[in-house]
Formats: sequence, C-alpha cells, structure tokens
Amino acid sequence: MTLQTMNPSPETGTPIANSLTAGRLPSSAPWVILGTAVAVAAAVFGVVAIGSGSGFDWGGALVVGALLYIPSIWLFSRLVEGARRATDRLVTALVTGAFLLAMIPLVSLTITVVTFGLARFDADFFSMSMRNVTGEGGGALHAIVGTLLMTGAAAIISIPIGLMTSIYLVEYGRGKLARGVTFLVDVMTGIPSIVAGLFAYSLFAIFWGPGTRTGIAGAVALSLLMIPVVVRSSEEMLRLVPNELREAAYALGVPKWLTIVKVVLPTSIAGITTGIMLSIARVIGETAPLLIAAGFTASMNYNLFDGRMQSLPVFVYTQYANQGNPAEAFLDRAWAAALTLILIVMALNLIARLVARLFAPKLGR
Amino acid sequence: MTSAPAPIKAKLRVGDLVFSRSAVFAGSMILVTLAAVAVFLIVQSIPALSATKDDASILDTNFWAYVGPLVFGTVWAAALALVIALPVSIGIALFISHYAPRRLASVLGYVVDLLAAVPSVVFGLWGIGVLAPAVVPVYTWLNEHLGWIPLFSGTVSATGRTILTAALVLAVMVLPIMTAICREVFLQTPVLHEEAALALGATRWEMIRVAVLPFGRSGIISASVLGLGRALGETMAVAMVLSAAHVVTFDLLTSVNPTTIAANIALSFPEAYALNVNVLIATGLILFVVTFAVNAFARWIISRRKEFSGAN
Repeated sequence: MTLQTMNPSPETGTPIANSLTAGRLPSSAPWVILGTAVAVAAAVFGVVAIGSGSGFDWGGALVVGALLYIPSIWLFSRLVEGARRATDRLVTALVTGAFLLAMIPLVSLTITVVTFGLARFDADFFSMSMRNVTGEGGGALHAIVGTLLMTGAAAIISIPIGLMTSIYLVEYGRGKLARGVTFLVDVMTGIPSIVAGLFAYSLFAIFWGPGTRTGIAGAVALSLLMIPVVVRSSEEMLRLVPNELREAAYALGVPKWLTIVKVVLPTSIAGITTGIMLSIARVIGETAPLLIAAGFTASMNYNLFDGRMQSLPVFVYTQYANQGNPAEAFLDRAWAAALTLILIVMALNLIARLVARLFAPKLGR
Repeated sequence: MTSAPAPIKAKLRVGDLVFSRSAVFAGSMILVTLAAVAVFLIVQSIPALSATKDDASILDTNFWAYVGPLVFGTVWAAALALVIALPVSIGIALFISHYAPRRLASVLGYVVDLLAAVPSVVFGLWGIGVLAPAVVPVYTWLNEHLGWIPLFSGTVSATGRTILTAALVLAVMVLPIMTAICREVFLQTPVLHEEAALALGATRWEMIRVAVLPFGRSGIISASVLGLGRALGETMAVAMVLSAAHVVTFDLLTSVNPTTIAANIALSFPEAYALNVNVLIATGLILFVVTFAVNAFARWIISRRKEFSGAN
C-alpha cells in the first residue's frame, strides 16, 4: 500500500486568505491616519470658532482628533488586514491613549502651579509670617519653619523605629511575631492620613486635656504615616545584601550585631537613604493630620511642645478656605505655597534618586 | 572510647543582646502602635455612640443617622474613582510593560510616579481652580443628551464642584499606586508563555489576553483593592473640591452631593467642641475599620498569590 499525499496543486489553488497572507497597512499608516483625524477635527473646530466668533479651542481639537483616530484606525485595519489585526490596532491605540490621558493632569497641574505660583514667589514670601496681615503682603515663613520642625521631629521618631524594625524583620525575625509585624506594616501603609491625625489628637487630648494642638502631636501623626514606608523600603534594601558578606563576617568571628552595623548597613546605606528621603517626601505634603493635630496659626512658633504650629500644606488650605479681602492676595499666597511645596518634594525625590545612583554598592566586578 | 566534644557555646556579648532586644522592641512597637490607634479611637468614640442631638450639636437625631450618609458618600466616591481609574491604570501598565520601547519604559514609569509625589492639597487647589471649570461644559452636554439616565439627571452645578469631579481627582490620585502594582505583575509574566503565544501566531493583543491578563488577574484585583483603600481615606482633595450636603443621592452632576467621612472630619474638626469632637472621632473610627478591612483583604490576596503562583 502506498502512502498517498493529498497535495492540492499549487498552480490552480486560490491564495488562502489568512492573517499571514492578507494585506498589511504600511508602517506609516497610523501616523497618516492620526494626522488626518486631527486635521479633520481642527477643521471642524475652526469652522465652529469662525461661526461663533469665539477663540480656537486647541485642546478640544486635539482630544476630538485623537478620539476620531481610534475608530478610523480600526476601520482601515479591518478593511485591509482583517478582524484580528484590527482588534490589535484598536487595543494599541486605546493603551497609548490611556497613558496620554494620565499625562493630561500632570502637565496641566505643573503649568497651573508654576504660572499662578510665581505671582507671589518673592523675598517677602520667604521672610514674613502672616501675623497681623489681613490683606496683601505677608508670607509663609512660619509655615516653612513649622513644616521643617514637624517633619524633622517625625523623622527623628520614625527613622530609628523603622530601621530597627526592618533589621528585626531581615536579620532576627522568625515565626509568628515577624509574620504579624510584616502584615501589620503592610496594613499600616493603608491607614488614612486623617485617622493618623485623629489618633495623635486623641492621644494628646487624653493626657493634656481636650483641645491640645501642638507641633509634637503633628509630628506623632506624621511618624505614624512615615514608619511603614521606612520599614518597607529599608527591608527591601537589607534583603539585597548578599548572604556571602554576612557569612564572611561570621567566619572571621565578628559578632552578629557588629556584622549588621559594620557590614550589612554600610552596604545598603545608599538604598536606605533613598527610602528615607522618599518617605519624608511623602509625609511633607500631608495636610489632613496636621490640620487636626497641630492646628493652624498666623504667627511664628519655634516650640514643638507649646501652642499651635502652621505648616506649608495647611497654609495652602487655610489661605484657600478662609479667603479675606482681597481674595486674590489669599489665592496667590496659596498657589505660591503650593509651588514651594512641590519644589521641596521634587527636590527630595531628585536627591533621593541621585543618592541611589551615585552611592550604590558596586557588587559586580 | 571517644566522647563527643562538649559543644562550643557562643560567647554571650552585651552588644548582641542589646542590639537584638532593641530590634525586637522596635518590631513590637508596630504592634503596640496599631493597637494604641485602635484603643485611643475607641475610647474617644464611646461617648458619641449613644449621643443624641441634645448632647452634640452636629447631630440631627442620633449618631447612626449622622454617619449613614457619610459612609454612603465615602463608598460612592471611592467606587466612582475606582471605576474611572481601573481601566486607565491597566492601560498605562500594559503600555509601559508591553508597548513602549524598552529604553523609554523606566522613564515613563517614573513620570507616572511623579503624580504620586504631588501633595493632595495641591490636587485640591487644581481641582477647584482648573478641573471643575473645565468639566462644566461636558457636564452640561451629558445632562442634555444623556439626562434620561438617572445618574446624569437633575440641575447641572454651575461651579462643577460635584461628586463626579471629586471622583475624577481621586482617580488621578490613586492611578500611580494601581499602575505600579499592575505594571509589576505584568512584567512578571513568564516570558515563555508570551513567546509561546506569539509563536502560535497570536497578535500582540491576543498574546496579552491569553498570557498576561490571566497571569496578572490577582495583581489587578489587589491593585484595585489597594486603590480603593487609598480613595476611601483621601481627605483634602475631596474636602476642597466637593460642594457637600448631608444627603444620600446618586446624582453625579448636581450641586447637592453626599460628602465623605474624611472630608467631613477635615471641614468640621477645627471648629468642633465638646461632644462634637467625639462624634467626629467615632466617624474616623468607622473609616479606620473599613480601610483596615479593605487593606487586609488586598494583602491577603497578594500573599496568597505569592504562595501558589508558579512564578516565584
């Protein structure tokens, strides 16, 4: 018996239509379609603008153009390339669109804060407080000092506790306690900031009478938010230290605590510093807990343990919420403080990344 | 006869003892702190639970009638924010992990993380100053053309300071954390699965549908639950953007909006006195319990995935 192959004769068969042999759009097609879509949208908006006499809406034209692109690329691809590739192109357009959509608030926010913030971003703003200021003028020196003091105090409370907890989790932690701590640290990262403020307020209200609002209460609230971030990031960094280093130290007879202090910590110090700076950047912008626990004031206060203390985020909020006359002056101060705050946070972020890059341990050869 | 040598005992050093004890102490401080948060909030809340309007001036009838609309508003705003943020964050995560050029990917991830660095009070200012005026025409259009849907009915707010605007701001604020988690999970998809799908002739989207998304499902769930936890507790943006009333309503576009627990505390606490303070702390306790449960649930999903997935 002979094996019969059933080859359809290639000369007579019609080409099989599938995704491999079907036509493909040229690689420039998406760009051409996008350009056309935006041009069409711009034309429509232009006609509307001329018709109604209002200005040309650039943002609207771009958005409508982008929205027009999504069905058109699908349609063209569907006609030329078939259903499967059309879906693929549609999803590509949607996914890219999602990213661009997220960029809109970031760009808009940056532009707004810089343009409005520059109006009062002057020497007065950094050298005066709001004491006896009812209208224009005044500054945020008291808020800047308060922010530095409270964030500093929060850092002094959180860094030792956070760092030692992460050392416990990595070097010592076994069993139920360690698992419980890990879980609770994770849960602690999700505590709403206002609850941290309420906790600090109740703590101080119970011991020093209701209505106590001091800088140190604000610092306690902030440290509650800061500790889990410090623990998480330091733990991650400590786990990156290769076990060989620890074993080499033990083999030389170095005690465990000296191994940690002299070998493990120096190796991971860059990463730990980065994590701590990022955690400071996170809490320095917190408003709600400070509003509750530290209150607000118009005067300078250098004493963490006595009297209310202003901070930059709360300054932004109070300037906005209690607008006086002229309202413009209050809004300008709010925006200037917002700009200052964003600059501080960005600087902390940038320095943190630089530290991580420059001082990273060179483990490889 | 050979006897086993006496086991060598490690020398007990004072430094070791001090160091390990203080590490354990710091670890237990976390437990103590969380317990203290719960205890202090409960102690301060107890007087409020049985309060009536004669004791506390902000109550209309009793505590539970006061907190009901607040809980509704909190959940409603957070759920709206989640519905907006989830598809966008999955899209961004896919874009960064599977669509963007390799070299750009980490830079783009950093750019999205920048959103997380913006303080919430600045988001609040931006929400009132820029977003709210910008969405009014859109809201008017929605109301005119889709007003038959109950969500969009009613009289459109002239200021744009509605619950939908607040939810939009919340969505922007929870985007970074949700994107970060989704991105991480998508990047962990076994490359062999992806290549197998591509080798079988799948397009990129089909590869993502059959390999990446099923693998990342639990990651997406935990990202949304964590995002929900963030949105539930977010305070200042909502407090500043929303023009709030003490109501239960599903209307998205009107000027009568339910407010959230956190925003209500921030707005009322500075002027509160006597038992009103305890009432507000009690609402905070409820928020704490809800977010604790939500976060614990998210962490449970993540840890379950760690144990049972084949990836690690």
